[in-house]
Amino acid sequence: MINLTIDGINVSVPEGSTILQAAREVGIYLPTLCWHPDQAVKANCRVCVCKVEGNRLLQAGCSTPVTEGMVVKTKTPQVIEARRTILELILSNHPQDCLNCIRNQNCELQDLANEYMIRDNPFELKVRGYDLDRSTPSIVRDQDKCILCRRCIDACSVTQSVFALGVEGRGVDSMVVPTMGLPLMESPCVLCGQCIHACPVGAIYENEQIDEFLAAVADPDKIVVTQIAPAIRLAIGEEVGMNTGELPMEVFVTGLRQVGFDHVLHTNFTADLTILEEGNELLTRLKEGGTLPMFTSCSPGWINFCETFYPDLLDNLSTCKSPQQMFGALVKTYWAEKMGVDPAKIYSVSIMPCTAKKYEASRPEMNSSGYQDVDLVLTTREIGRLFRMSGMDFNQLPPSDFDSWMGKYTGAAVIFGATGGVMEAALRTVYEVVTEQELKDVNFTGVRGMEGIKEAAVDLNGTEVKVAIAHGLSNARKLMDQVRDGASPYHFIEIMACPGGCVGGGGQPITKANKKRAERIEAIYVEDEGMPIRKSHENPEVKIIYDEFLHEPLGHKSHELLHTHYHAKNKKYL
Amino acid sequence: MAEEMRIVLRNYGKIDPLKIEDYIAQGGYKALEKARSMSQQDLIAEVKISNLRGRGGAGFNCGQKWSFAYGAKSDVKYVVCNADEGEPGTYKDRLIMENDPQALLEGMSICAYAIGAKQGYIYCRGEYPQVIDILDKAIEQATAKGVLGDFNIEVRSGAGAYVCGEETALIESIEGSRGEPRFKPPYPPSQGLWGKPTIVNNVETFANLPAILENGADWYASIGVASYPGTKVFTLTGDINNRTFFEVPTNTTIRELIYKFGGGIPAGKKFKAVQIGGTSGAFIPESQLDTPVAFDNMSAIGATLGSGAVFVLDETRDIVDVAARIAGFFEHESCGKCAPCREGTARIAEIMENINDGFGDLSDLALLKKLGRVMSVSCLCGLGQAAPAPVITTIEHFLADYQAKIL
Repeated sequence: MINLTIDGINVSVPEGSTILQAAREVGIYLPTLCWHPDQAVKANCRVCVCKVEGNRLLQAGCSTPVTEGMVVKTKTPQVIEARRTILELILSNHPQDCLNCIRNQNCELQDLANEYMIRDNPFELKVRGYDLDRSTPSIVRDQDKCILCRRCIDACSVTQSVFALGVEGRGVDSMVVPTMGLPLMESPCVLCGQCIHACPVGAIYENEQIDEFLAAVADPDKIVVTQIAPAIRLAIGEEVGMNTGELPMEVFVTGLRQVGFDHVLHTNFTADLTILEEGNELLTRLKEGGTLPMFTSCSPGWINFCETFYPDLLDNLSTCKSPQQMFGALVKTYWAEKMGVDPAKIYSVSIMPCTAKKYEASRPEMNSSGYQDVDLVLTTREIGRLFRMSGMDFNQLPPSDFDSWMGKYTGAAVIFGATGGVMEAALRTVYEVVTEQELKDVNFTGVRGMEGIKEAAVDLNGTEVKVAIAHGLSNARKLMDQVRDGASPYHFIEIMACPGGCVGGGGQPITKANKKRAERIEAIYVEDEGMPIRKSHENPEVKIIYDEFLHEPLGHKSHELLHTHYHAKNKKYL
Repeated sequence: MAEEMRIVLRNYGKIDPLKIEDYIAQGGYKALEKARSMSQQDLIAEVKISNLRGRGGAGFNCGQKWSFAYGAKSDVKYVVCNADEGEPGTYKDRLIMENDPQALLEGMSICAYAIGAKQGYIYCRGEYPQVIDILDKAIEQATAKGVLGDFNIEVRSGAGAYVCGEETALIESIEGSRGEPRFKPPYPPSQGLWGKPTIVNNVETFANLPAILENGADWYASIGVASYPGTKVFTLTGDINNRTFFEVPTNTTIRELIYKFGGGIPAGKKFKAVQIGGTSGAFIPESQLDTPVAFDNMSAIGATLGSGAVFVLDETRDIVDVAARIAGFFEHESCGKCAPCREGTARIAEIMENINDGFGDLSDLALLKKLGRVMSVSCLCGLGQAAPAPVITTIEHFLADYQAKIL
C-alpha cells in the first residue's frame, strides 16, 4: 500500500493507483472530461490537474500514479485558476445552445461549467461552424460540440474494433472524423452507438425521430402499433427518475398508451419465435452438415460488422431476421388479419435499445409484408423524453395489459436483452426438442455475465454441442478470426454488438460505466425468474401462430416473412 | 576570458565524414572499446560523475537517466537519438551529423552497452534528407567495420511536425502513429518505444560521450559551470554580425556570445533583445546579458538553453510583431491533443494578432498572462508549457512596446 495525503487527509491505496483513484477513496472528487471508467487513461483534457508538492508542473490526477509520502492539493488557487481557464477555453468554441441540446442536463461539460461558475468567458465565442453529419439513419454527429476528449474513438476502436473514428488535422483545427474524413455512413461504422455513451457532451447522438411519431399519432388514418424490445423495461425507469428495473411492465404499458400508441405489443413474442426458427435452423445445420458454427443474427450492429469485416462468413449467420424485423413482417400480415385491419393503415413503431435498429428497419429488403415492415424505430432515450414531455407520474399510473396477439412472451424472451440470453433461451428449447425430456433446471448460468467471451457445452442425446458467446465487437472479432482460420471448436455462437448485450445498446439511457450494464443484466434475470413460462416453445401464442399461420418452423411462410439474406458491404478503407 | 572549445565538433573540418577510417584515425571508437571494458554500472557511474546533462532542452542528468533504463527489467531495450531538429534557427545537430556522424553512432553504442540495448533508432528531421543519406552511409560503414558489435542502428524520419521533437511524440511517430506526446509518468526509461525501456537523448548529448570516456568524467565535469558542465553549441541568427555557430564552455555569458563570438550588432545599432533556445525560448533584455549559458543560470532568469539557437533583435525591431508571429507558429504546431495547448495556443495567437493590429486593450495583457500561468503548468507536454514564454517574457521586459500598440 502507498500512503499519501490529499488536501491534508491521509490515504492508503494500492500501488499503481492514480491520484484520481486515491482522491475518490476519501470522497474528494476531481473534475474530469476525458476520463472514462472503462477506458484507458488519456489525460488530454487536463481539468483534473492537481498540485503535487515538489513539482513545478501541475499533475493530471487521472494519469499520475501515487508515490509514498506524496502531498497532493486539489483546490489551491493555482489549481482552481487552471481548471477554470481550461474550461473557459473549451467552452470558448462550444455552442452555447444548451437549452436546445439533446444532452441538456445530461452533459459533463455543462456540469463542470456550472460547478466552476463559468459566467463571463473572457475568450470570444468562436463556434467552428461545421455541418451536421446526418448521413446515417441512426446516428448524428455535431462536430461543433466535440471537445476532442477522444472517448468515442476509444469506444469505437478498443471496445468495438471498428476503427471508424480518428483524429484529423492539428491543433485547434483537429477534429474527430470518420475514416478518411468521409461521412459516417461511408466509413466502416456499424452504427452500434457505443460512441454516444462515451461522449461526455452532445457531439454524437441518436437520430431523434419524435416528430415523426407525433405526426403518426396525429394522423387519424393511422393505427399506431408498438413493439417493445426485451431490454427496454428495466432501463426506461432510469429515464423517468426510477431505479434500474423498478418500473413495472404493466405501468410501462399504460404509459405507452398514454403517449398515443393504439396497440402495445411485445418484441418478446418474436424473440420466442426466433428461438423456434433459429433453434430448428441450428438442428438442421447440425443434422444436414450445414455451415457451422452458426452465428445469431439478432443484433443489427453485429450484422453490419459481419457484413463489413467478415463478408466471407455470411453463410455462418443464421438466416433468421432479428425479432424486430420478424415482428414487423408479422404485424402487417398475421396481426392485421387477426385484428381485421387494413395493413396499409398500420404504422409500426418499435422501441429499441439500439441505434443500429433504425438502420435495420430502413434496409430495403425489410418489406416482406408488402410494406416497409417497421415504419419507425425509437430508442429507449427517445421514449424517455416522450414520457417526460407527457408529464406522467409513473408511481401513480394504473397498470394495464399488453394487447392481444403478439403480446405474450416467456422468460426466455426476456433474457434476450442480456449477453448470453439468446444462447440460454435457445438451449432451453433445443434441449427439450432434441432430448424430448423436460429440462430440470432452465438456468444455464455459465453463459451469463459480463465476461467478454463465454463458452459452454451441452449434451444433446449423446451429441456434445459447443457454444460460445461474445459481446462487444472486439470480443466478437476474436471468435470470428478463429472461425476464419478454421480453428473454431464451436457449433453455435451468440454475438451481441454492444457490451453487456442489448442492456448496453447504443439507444439505452446514457451509460458511462459497465457497472450500470451489469446492474441492468441483474434486473433481467430477476424478471425471467418471475415469469410463469420460461421456455420459448411453451409460449401459447407462439403455438397458435404455428397452428394457424406459419404451420412449421423453417416452413414456406417462415422463409417468406421471417428469414433474410446478407450482403457484403464492400466498404473502403477498412 | 571564454574561448571556443570544441568537444562535439572536435572533428569538424578535420575528417571526411563519409570515411569511417578518418574517424578511427582520430581515435574514434576507442571510447566505445573502453566503455565495453567496464562494467555497465561503472560506465553509468562514470557518465553520472561527468554530470553530462541532456542537450535537448530538459537538461536531465544523462547517467541518471541511463541508470533508470539499466535498472528496468526487460529483455528488449532501445536507444533512440532525437535528431528531429525542428527549432527555427537551430542547426547544431545537423553540424554534428554532417561532419562527424560516427561520433553520434559511437555515443549511441556506448549508451546501448550501458543499458543493454541491441537496437537503436535515429529519428531524423524529415527536412534533412541529405543528413539521412549521410547517416545511412555512416551506419553502413560502421556495420561493415564491425565496430558497433551486436548493436543495430536504423534511421527513421519525421513528416515535419514540430511536436515530434518531444520525446514521447517522437516515440509515437517511430511506432507509426500520429506524432502526439504521451502523458508522463511513465517516462521512456521505464516504458518507451513499444512499451520497452528506452533512452532518448539528443544528438549533441550522444556526441559528448566519446570525449567523456576518452578524457574521463572529471575532465568533463571541470569544464564550464559545475552544475551544467561541458560545452554547448550555439547557432547565431538575426541581427548579429557573425551569423554562424560556436561551441563554447557553459560559463560563457550571453554577452560574450553576442559581442565576442557574434561580433555584436550590425550597422552600429543597439541591442534590443535575444531569444535563446529556439522559438519557445524567453526573450532576454540587456540587463540579463551577463548570465552564463548554463541550464540552471538560465532557469534562474526565467529562460532556457533549449536547442542553443541565439536569435538577436536590434533596437529597430518590432518585438510585438515578432512575438505575434511566434504565437502563430505555436497555433500551427500544437498537435491538438490536450485542451489547454490546443485552445490556448490559438487564443494567444488571436489576441496577439489583435494587439499587433492595433485593436488590443490592456485587459488582453492580463488575459495573456493568465494563459501563460495556466498553460505553463497544465499542458500535457513541453510544447504547450513553453509556448506562452515568448509572449510572456516580452510583456515582462518590453511592456512599453505593447502599450505603444494598445494606447
